[in-house]
Amino acid sequence: MQTETEWKFTAKDIAEKPDLFLSGHRACAGCGPATVLRLIMKAVRGPTIVTNATGCMEVVSSIYPYTSWAVPWLHTAFENAAANASGIDAALKILKKKRRIKHEHVDIIALAGDGGTYDIGIQALSGAVERGHDFLYVLYDNEAYMNTGIQRSGGTPLGASTTTSPAGTVIPGKLEHKKPIADIMVAHDMPYVATASPYYWRDLLVKVRKGLEVNGPAFLHVFAPCPRGWRSDPAKSIELSRLAVETCIFPLWEAVNGDYQLSTPSKVFALAPQKKKPVKEYLQVQGRFRHLFTPKFEKLTEEIQRVTDERWKRLLKKCGVEQRAKTTA
Amino acid sequence: MKSVVKQEVLALNGDEAVAFAAKQSDVDVVAAYPITPQTIIVERFSEYVANGEVETEFVCTESEHSALTACLAASVTGARTFTASASAGLALMHEMLFVTSGCRAPVVMAIANRALSAPLNIHGDHSDTMTERDSGWIQIYVENAQEAYDSVIQAFRIAENTDVLLPVIVGLDGFTLSHTLENVHVLSDDAVKRFVGTRKFINVTNHEGKTVPFKLDPNNPTSMGPIALPNYYFEFKRQQEEAMKNALKVIQDVNKEYAAISGRSYGDGLVDAYHVEDAEVAIVCLGSTAGTVKAVVDELRAEGVKAGLLRIRTFRPLPVERIVDTLKNVKAVAVMDRSMSFGGNGGPVFHEVRHALYDAEKHPYIVNYIYGLGGRDTSPMQVRKIYEDLQKILRTKRVETRVQHLGLRE
Repeated sequence: MQTETEWKFTAKDIAEKPDLFLSGHRACAGCGPATVLRLIMKAVRGPTIVTNATGCMEVVSSIYPYTSWAVPWLHTAFENAAANASGIDAALKILKKKRRIKHEHVDIIALAGDGGTYDIGIQALSGAVERGHDFLYVLYDNEAYMNTGIQRSGGTPLGASTTTSPAGTVIPGKLEHKKPIADIMVAHDMPYVATASPYYWRDLLVKVRKGLEVNGPAFLHVFAPCPRGWRSDPAKSIELSRLAVETCIFPLWEAVNGDYQLSTPSKVFALAPQKKKPVKEYLQVQGRFRHLFTPKFEKLTEEIQRVTDERWKRLLKKCGVEQRAKTTA
Repeated sequence: MKSVVKQEVLALNGDEAVAFAAKQSDVDVVAAYPITPQTIIVERFSEYVANGEVETEFVCTESEHSALTACLAASVTGARTFTASASAGLALMHEMLFVTSGCRAPVVMAIANRALSAPLNIHGDHSDTMTERDSGWIQIYVENAQEAYDSVIQAFRIAENTDVLLPVIVGLDGFTLSHTLENVHVLSDDAVKRFVGTRKFINVTNHEGKTVPFKLDPNNPTSMGPIALPNYYFEFKRQQEEAMKNALKVIQDVNKEYAAISGRSYGDGLVDAYHVEDAEVAIVCLGSTAGTVKAVVDELRAEGVKAGLLRIRTFRPLPVERIVDTLKNVKAVAVMDRSMSFGGNGGPVFHEVRHALYDAEKHPYIVNYIYGLGGRDTSPMQVRKIYEDLQKILRTKRVETRVQHLGLRE
């Protein structure tokens, strides 16, 4: 088995690896999730089966008679990607035992968006993790139900305007904070949980591989901008993926057997807090937060900054990292 | 013709008979969630697993929705799969029933038929499976624990037949069958294993134009359960309909082949006719009620009344021609429905039978009795009353009430 340092995830190696998520899919220009999937499939280590919840990535990649999947792929419904993985895992186990399949091991990747994970899919996910099925669950988080037309989900951040949490004259978009889904998964006492962003692509690839290498369930929460739903420039999706980390609104970390560790891209901002950017820089380039820059609702940006800082502080504590004071950095 | 194999007699209730049949059928994956009156099935099966009596991966899921999802996913990965449910559990699976049949996954599911809320009721009626009438599953309703055992074994052969590839429900009446002990003749493990055989896979053309087995196989990638827009969706559904039609023959063939080794046959597998050939009055029903009706038919025949029974065993696909042919000489027919179709013109079985008879040369008088909801007992006296009503219709040449409620206080 290769060790972590031997995993071939240099830009050159990645470029030379064949795509398993193929071009020709019908995702929008600048689609974060499509980029995420293409990257994820570059980290695959051997025979792999992918199962996909209903959502953007399922719809754009499987329009019959075409497919973007060069691996066996299964979609059944919206709320059950983890249950699909459970069934595939059970079948592979027994078929191997009965010698009806020859593969020594087959990796299983379950893909779902924020709606299919935070909301309707959390029961199946929690159940599958509790039962200890061996699969990697990848949540591509574009922070709303983008496939059905930008409706709010449990992953939509405070203040975001969606079609079911619209910014009106009285209500400034979504009134609730984002559910801490990855922490909820850590609380399942599972072997591997991590967050990732496509800007830090090598970090993402390594985490995919780590998730596949562990025995039992692994959960990867990947930041995935949606220009359509975020009202952002399609050319800026990767830049936004960077800003989210730089503002610490989406910090990168991993939890191995429950032990939190800050990932290198985010560690920078713990060690050099002056590099940490204000969330306003992230918010102002997205149309979904436009109303927060009007006098009536501008207090909300302060609230977002406050909660971001609080959650960041709490994360650093969990990771055992002391945040250096700005002056001494 | 194989000769009838040696059999053992076990005292089993309907649920235990089902679990025993699933155990003998070399099932690879069972994913299930408990619900009364199905619980005994998953309890017994998990005991088999715990004691190493069966080589099956048992997944005790967190809901019925995930149970059927896991069965579907395991099935398309290449495993033989089985589950069981009832009532609210089946309703929670509802979405996945359509996905399973649409993915052409030959999952077998036993349903211990039970009423649906509200008010909450755990006892037997057919409201649960009738609601799934159009979900694309084959539906077989059994009369007793023996037939429950035999039908589960047959179901794998029907579902996995490459001309069919559809999931199958075997429905047994909650408590009446699920919890009642009977003598059940069981085949040897080997005989069942030989009968069900190993699962075969059809070949399909994948996106690269390669011929590959119809399953998730890392060596031969296929995309399963894709999105099909208006330009393709209709064709998928049409193929499912064709598979249902194919099932009519396959069910009969399997019934015949099974009879050859077991000595037991259930009519032609589709309908089970009892003294209908020369009957003037006949009852049409499903499931365990047929046992009561048969006893009444025997009594009436002894009294010189030309009474008969047509038990529809396979409700989906509906054997329309067999129903019409079997009832062709009957003058008055009563259809018994153990579920309601609120606001409809009688119960679902009545709809189907009356509709089938529209094309018959001779139309019998036909009436509907809604009965036994929520486990309400149906006595031989009540069944006798139905036959008396039919005789009255023949005498007066008049149907006074098209739809009646049997054994209801009002």
